[in-house]
Amino acid sequence: MIRFQSLPRQIVSYAGNRWDWALLPFVLAILALLAWGGNQMSTPYQVGVALPISLDPIMLPYYLLRTTLRMCIAMIVSLLFACIFAVLATKIKLAERILLPLLDILQSIPVLGFLLITTTGFIALFPGNLLGVECAAIFAIFTSQAWNMAFSLYQSLRTIPLDLAEAACVFRLSGWQRFWRLELPFAMPNLLWNMMMSMSGGWFFVVASEAISVANQNIRLPGIGSYIALAIDLHNLQAIVWAIVTMAVGILIYDQCIFRPLLAWADKFRFEETSGNNAQSSWLLSWLRRTDHFQKLGRIAGKYMVATFSWFRHKKTYPIESMDEKVISPRLVYLFDGLILLVALLISWQLIRFILHAVTWSEILHVFILGCYTMTRVMVLIVIATLLWVPIGVWIGLNPNWADRLQAIAQFMAAFPANLMFPLMVICIVHFELNPNIWLSPLMILGTQWYLLFNVIAGAAAIPTELRYAAKNTGLRGWLKWKRYLLPAIFPSFITGAITASGGSWNASIVAEYTHWGQTTLQAEGLGSYIAHMTAVGDFHRSALGIGVMCLFVMGLNCFVWRKLYQLSVERIRLS
Amino acid sequence: MSQTLIELKNVGKSFRSVDGTAHSVLDGVNFVLKEGEIIALLGQSGSGKSTMLRIMAGLIKADHGEIYYRDQPIVGPVNGVRMVFQSFALFPWLTVQQNVELGLEAIGLSQKERIERAESAIEMIGLSGFEGALPRELSGGMRQRVGIARALVVQPDVLLMDEAFSALDILTGEQLRNDVLELWDKGDTPMKGILVVSHNIEEAVLMADRVLIFASDPGKIRDELTIFKSRPRDADSQEVRLLIDKVYEMMTAKAPSASRAMMNKQLGYRLPDADINRMEGMIDLLAESPFNGRADLPKIAEETELTGDELLPLTDALQLLGLANVSHGDIVISALGRRYVQAPNADRQIIFGRQLLANIPLITHIRQCLTHEDSGELPLDQFRRLLYESLSEDEIERVLNIAIEWGRYGEIFEYDYRTGIISLPEQNLSG
Repeated sequence: MIRFQSLPRQIVSYAGNRWDWALLPFVLAILALLAWGGNQMSTPYQVGVALPISLDPIMLPYYLLRTTLRMCIAMIVSLLFACIFAVLATKIKLAERILLPLLDILQSIPVLGFLLITTTGFIALFPGNLLGVECAAIFAIFTSQAWNMAFSLYQSLRTIPLDLAEAACVFRLSGWQRFWRLELPFAMPNLLWNMMMSMSGGWFFVVASEAISVANQNIRLPGIGSYIALAIDLHNLQAIVWAIVTMAVGILIYDQCIFRPLLAWADKFRFEETSGNNAQSSWLLSWLRRTDHFQKLGRIAGKYMVATFSWFRHKKTYPIESMDEKVISPRLVYLFDGLILLVALLISWQLIRFILHAVTWSEILHVFILGCYTMTRVMVLIVIATLLWVPIGVWIGLNPNWADRLQAIAQFMAAFPANLMFPLMVICIVHFELNPNIWLSPLMILGTQWYLLFNVIAGAAAIPTELRYAAKNTGLRGWLKWKRYLLPAIFPSFITGAITASGGSWNASIVAEYTHWGQTTLQAEGLGSYIAHMTAVGDFHRSALGIGVMCLFVMGLNCFVWRKLYQLSVERIRLS
Repeated sequence: MSQTLIELKNVGKSFRSVDGTAHSVLDGVNFVLKEGEIIALLGQSGSGKSTMLRIMAGLIKADHGEIYYRDQPIVGPVNGVRMVFQSFALFPWLTVQQNVELGLEAIGLSQKERIERAESAIEMIGLSGFEGALPRELSGGMRQRVGIARALVVQPDVLLMDEAFSALDILTGEQLRNDVLELWDKGDTPMKGILVVSHNIEEAVLMADRVLIFASDPGKIRDELTIFKSRPRDADSQEVRLLIDKVYEMMTAKAPSASRAMMNKQLGYRLPDADINRMEGMIDLLAESPFNGRADLPKIAEETELTGDELLPLTDALQLLGLANVSHGDIVISALGRRYVQAPNADRQIIFGRQLLANIPLITHIRQCLTHEDSGELPLDQFRRLLYESLSEDEIERVLNIAIEWGRYGEIFEYDYRTGIISLPEQNLSG
């Protein structure tokens, strides 16, 4: 038996510790998988030829890999987009004026709308190769993730504490160094949280993104989404169950291997004065931190990063800009505003003309009425979800033992794509001969109600302990307790959850109001089914109309309802 | 002949209010910092001393006038000027060593050199052993040490200290102050000049070679005191006590009475930051032994453990309301003040209300408008708009908050925060 003490020191210290060895196969396997999966993405392809999708459960891990790869790439692109957007919007004053409203608009366009516009474009970009379709799918997933992250990063950049910003200025940090040393670390906790939420949103659209059925084209990329779509077509319930299991496994892997470690790592960016005990823990991160060589690799990478900080440094006496708010002359602002207005009017005019080519005014009115139906559904559902989940959420939040576990479960449920449950609902509705107009509606909120739940849990958990004691001490009970203490306390988080739930429900309505199982198609009368129908048959004019109307509704609701409520909650009720 | 490090010539800075009118924060400031001197800047909060410091640091541009660093005009942060912040301004995600190395990274030194210099700075300031700690693990005093090390590691000529010890407790602040003075006196660092902005009068007198008193509205240097005594100075010695007294006198010295009367009559008079509880506490303290109605300002500061920044607004407020008089560095209770102290709570509020109506034009005006109004209520915004032309936005909010607090106590009017409406009190008050 070789004893370590008798080997030369170099061999012993270079061999790494046991954590290194344990992690090595993991890392190698992941690298190999990624490489192979990436290779598969670029294979020859002819438009119109159907790609073989098999319902055999053996294929599921492979499909999971492909889907995961797509989600990863979309996430990276979203991150890049978020960085560029946030930096542009904060550094260039004039850009801010267009970029923010643009983001609002983009956020209200349903994902299907993006698919419709870009699919043919991407396919034309890579003729004869599958990469084009992959790009279209990745782009669709990107659009469901990016806006959230971009806005969060922008918000963080705008709320950097003044003294840190002043310190960065006085110490003459270059823009590049400032971004990596100050702005990104400050934004990291929020950004990661939003990345997690975006990821959850992304899973939902995997089905629509991979089984592209727009404009009478039916392309199925290898992946879980297509698997599910095929299973629905062939009404194979067993396959659906396999798919649900695989999906759960996939989400679990993402959670444990990517997000938990990242959140635990980001604890050091938490901008708080004291070190609390609420840090997330992750077995993977602890493992990584105990390794030897992997840590060394990390440190080498860090060293190179720091070396780059001196690249764009300011020369000796080169004066850098002061921190004064740059005042733009009001006339320039008016000019700019006028220009944007002009362009917006022009585009709207063209759009309306395009629509009016094929659609009559009465039909437009009809579409607006459909929008009202969907809006009613969304509102009613949110009210029902509120009545159900707020009491439960508050109870969970006030019980710290349960709060952590159940919040994690609620997050998992939010990530899980609810559209996997749709076929089951369809079977029920058909079997019991229920009215689809009413009974298809709960599907819309099935996936998004969890946002409401875990926001309320977070809000209740954040109530200061002293306030709780004071409430108990004062003898508050029953309705009085809710009215004077609990409801105002959780109102801001409730509104945040409601806004997310509402936005998600609108997007979901496209899939929920028009579902099918095998040969049976169920439709509810509403804007979502209108859009789904028109997109599937490739009626561009009507699709544009439907999407435009949905945009108007969502933006209108955001502006007149949600934003006002949010401002109310922030101004009047602040538990600091 | 010692060189001039920083020079300000006729510097002015104004901020725009909501309706676009400019309010000057600084007006005609002339200032020179020469090599080898420590200068302290004293003044009430909001008097523009922080703005002046930031102009010198290159963070803000002056609207008119010239600023020079070693005879070169300053247009942005220069390498020879570094600042220590009141709130420490450490990056929470960097360790102590990384925080200290930050400025060196920006200059572009090699890693070896950076580590060397950072370690020597950390040792010099007394933080050895804490290199790997994150700021959240450190106490306030240690965090400020990191801030000082960070500033000194790049070997600046001028160190600007923006109320650097205000966020620390008395003991820690004193300790840190002595450490900095030791570094200065020993000549261990290449520092050639220090500018300290403070609201602690004792601190200023113990540290500085020259004490400058800043006036507000508009901000300019009103007075100057040169201290010839060598450091370290004993806070209990007779000389230092006399100096502190002199500084209090200079700070409470009033402008010629004619212009003062005119200033008081303005609606936009900047009410001093004094809350009711403290005013009551102060006047009660003044009336009882050992003061018995007459107190030396430094002594009462010691007794109440208030800093100059907190004490002077209180004495200003008491003087404004006619409950006490301040002259030559002493505060003396007035006859009305004695009556106030002896009265029960309800009567105190009546006296307070009467004094408000007699002496504070803003409150009188609000009351008059309310009585003329049929419904007896008006939106606060109306009075806000009145103040737009004389005060900046922040100042307006501050003044209105104080006016509302005083008005509520004196039962002059009531205010509903949710609706933003000021109204006459339920029972009608006589007077």
